[in-house]
Amino acid sequence: MKENLHRFFRAARGAGVRVSPAESIDAMRAVAEIGLSDRSILRDTFLLTLAKSEDEKKALGACFDLFFAQPELSQPSANDPSAAATQDNTPGAQTSGGEPTENLGPLAEMLLSQDRAAISAAVANASSAASLSEIRYFTQRGLFSTRILDAMGIARLRDDLDQLTTTSPALAERLQAATEALRDNIREAVSQALLLYGREEAENLRNEILRNAPLSRIEPRQIEQMRALIRQIARRLRERYSKPRKRQRRGHLDVRRTIRRNAAWGGVPFLTAWKRRRRDRPRIVALCDVSGSVARVSDFFLLLIHSLHEVVSDVRSFAFSGHLIEVSEILESKGAEEAMAEIMSKVGFGSSDYGGSFADFERQWMESVTPQTTVIVLGDARGNNLDPGADIVRRIAERSKRLVWLNPEGRMTWGWGDSEMPRYQTFCNVVRQCATAQQLERAVSDIVATYQ
Amino acid sequence: MAEHRASHRPLASIEAVESGLASQGYIASRQIATAVYLAQQIEKPILVEGPAGVGKTELAKAIAGWRGLKMIRLQCYEGLDEAKALYEWKYAKQLLYTQILKDKLGEVLGGAETLHAALDQLHDFGDVFFSKEFVEPRPLLQALEQPAGCVLLIDEIDKSDAEFESLLLEILSDFQVSIPELGTVSATVPPTVILTSNSERNLGDALKRRCLHLHIGFPEQKLEERIVESRVPGISEKLRKQLVAFIHEIRNLDLKKQPSVSETIDWARVLVLLQASELGHEMVKDTLNVLLKYESDVQATLPHVTTFVANAARQNVFG
Repeated sequence: MKENLHRFFRAARGAGVRVSPAESIDAMRAVAEIGLSDRSILRDTFLLTLAKSEDEKKALGACFDLFFAQPELSQPSANDPSAAATQDNTPGAQTSGGEPTENLGPLAEMLLSQDRAAISAAVANASSAASLSEIRYFTQRGLFSTRILDAMGIARLRDDLDQLTTTSPALAERLQAATEALRDNIREAVSQALLLYGREEAENLRNEILRNAPLSRIEPRQIEQMRALIRQIARRLRERYSKPRKRQRRGHLDVRRTIRRNAAWGGVPFLTAWKRRRRDRPRIVALCDVSGSVARVSDFFLLLIHSLHEVVSDVRSFAFSGHLIEVSEILESKGAEEAMAEIMSKVGFGSSDYGGSFADFERQWMESVTPQTTVIVLGDARGNNLDPGADIVRRIAERSKRLVWLNPEGRMTWGWGDSEMPRYQTFCNVVRQCATAQQLERAVSDIVATYQ
Repeated sequence: MAEHRASHRPLASIEAVESGLASQGYIASRQIATAVYLAQQIEKPILVEGPAGVGKTELAKAIAGWRGLKMIRLQCYEGLDEAKALYEWKYAKQLLYTQILKDKLGEVLGGAETLHAALDQLHDFGDVFFSKEFVEPRPLLQALEQPAGCVLLIDEIDKSDAEFESLLLEILSDFQVSIPELGTVSATVPPTVILTSNSERNLGDALKRRCLHLHIGFPEQKLEERIVESRVPGISEKLRKQLVAFIHEIRNLDLKKQPSVSETIDWARVLVLLQASELGHEMVKDTLNVLLKYESDVQATLPHVTTFVANAARQNVFG
């Protein structure tokens, strides 16, 4: 039983529930109290002891159902038509084949007797002998199937089959069909195990690949996964930066507050007050190019910035290609997908005009830039040889705390063709390439960290 | 099959918890009852999360009432600290006693010849003023000192600061408190601890790890009907069913604050006072402000009232 519980904890970790050793001990104590007879109570018990948030409860519930659905799945499945056919032959075959069964191996006998319970028990035993719960990647499926079959004694079964084909072909045919069913069974059990235990590794691997994939060229089916990854990044940044840390300037006495605080003692300073350095939350103004190739990157960037509420006190986002509009409200009120669709329908797909868009910004929203603001421009700086508006960029840089330019293109291409990057670069505090999720995380993390 | 027999007991006890809570007018779902049962058996605090008004605080009261224990409540707020939650020295009393004992002290120290000898003698008495008598126990320490055990309710833990959470860790895992001058105070009988949170901020993993985590959401229709039945005895069955069905319809709308169980009960009381026997459009429109706490929510709901009332009435026919 212990073994099974441990396997379940491993599966739970695979499903994204963080199960610490202490929690698994609690769960085991709870299970010892509650017993195993009532499945719904057992489920509740796991949900209470292991899952510590609503999302985790959902994941763990699904994992529980999958885990305990196993016994049913490992019943012989492929004996519907063939079994019916063999069933008809059974009386005759049994009498004629009664003798040869004597010298068959245990596995062959078990298969011929169609003892479902015994077969699933044997599969389960062989699975644990082959340590099936160690499975990590889908490429290991074949390996584990073979191991399980070996553990069940497939070699002897093959010998029996060879022998039977000569002595009694009818029985051999039945055994052949049963063997196929067994193989199917084991394949199923292995896939199930992969689903349970391999998820964590597979997810890590996939996320690792996704993190380093260029955002502008990911496939449509990966967009959802990428969104999930971005949310994960946002959570990590929130955890890291959301706690306002107090930083004292030791040694600087705050005279005014000290006198006021000690007024009750006639100004004798019993309690001293020290000056504190005030730390503001980041204020961010983001200008995002949503033309053609940059649109995808802007999408993820905006998603990231807007899921940092706890860290960032004020975000105003603007999107532009031919002209510039404010999109903060659209992003706040709608889901990621819908919001992006609306933004694209309003300003997307045009050819970018950096000069015009910056002029729009200066005319209407320049006062939103204060000395506490970090202005982030995300774009490839390819202005189709129109006026780059570099003087406006200079004025923005002068007004703001920092001006950061994130460019999805590699540094090699900056300045080539219609790229105006070198001209903008002189006014920016930071210029960095930002093409993958990882670079995006680092860029945003650095921006937030400057306020700490 | 020994396991089979052993497992009969917990199931029966979970049902006992359910009926015990019901005797206090608290209708618990199976999951809540399991949590309460487990908390007793493995001596773990329960962290209850969920929207406002689903009966998180009520649960603690019901447990205390059912088991005949004292309930000690610690309401959390920003800036709550050790002195208000754990213990405090009675400074005034200490000062007063030193004044009163001044002469006595003079007598005792009078015999000493040198300053050193006096100091040594004083050291022997020093601890007198930092003894149990001068400690003012605050809720957490009180809870540990109850001889018969108690129910300790730490309400809205998410409102307190992150530092306060760390303060709780020792109590939650070992049921003890360390007071530097006195040593460690451990509980005579471990209290049943209930923490509630509205998820205003995320609690630390260290705190969560020490607790059973129970999420109470809005109840299902059947359960909510039973809750209304137990809380508002005078209500007719027809009205009860319609009312709960109506509220479940409202919860599907996109509102700022969805009506929770406490609002359902309030509304049911209001309707009983108005002597309604079934749900009517006009009455619903007039009393909607009992149910919804924002003007914009009321405005958003008004156009749907007629349909919802009709739906609720229809459900009554089949249900």
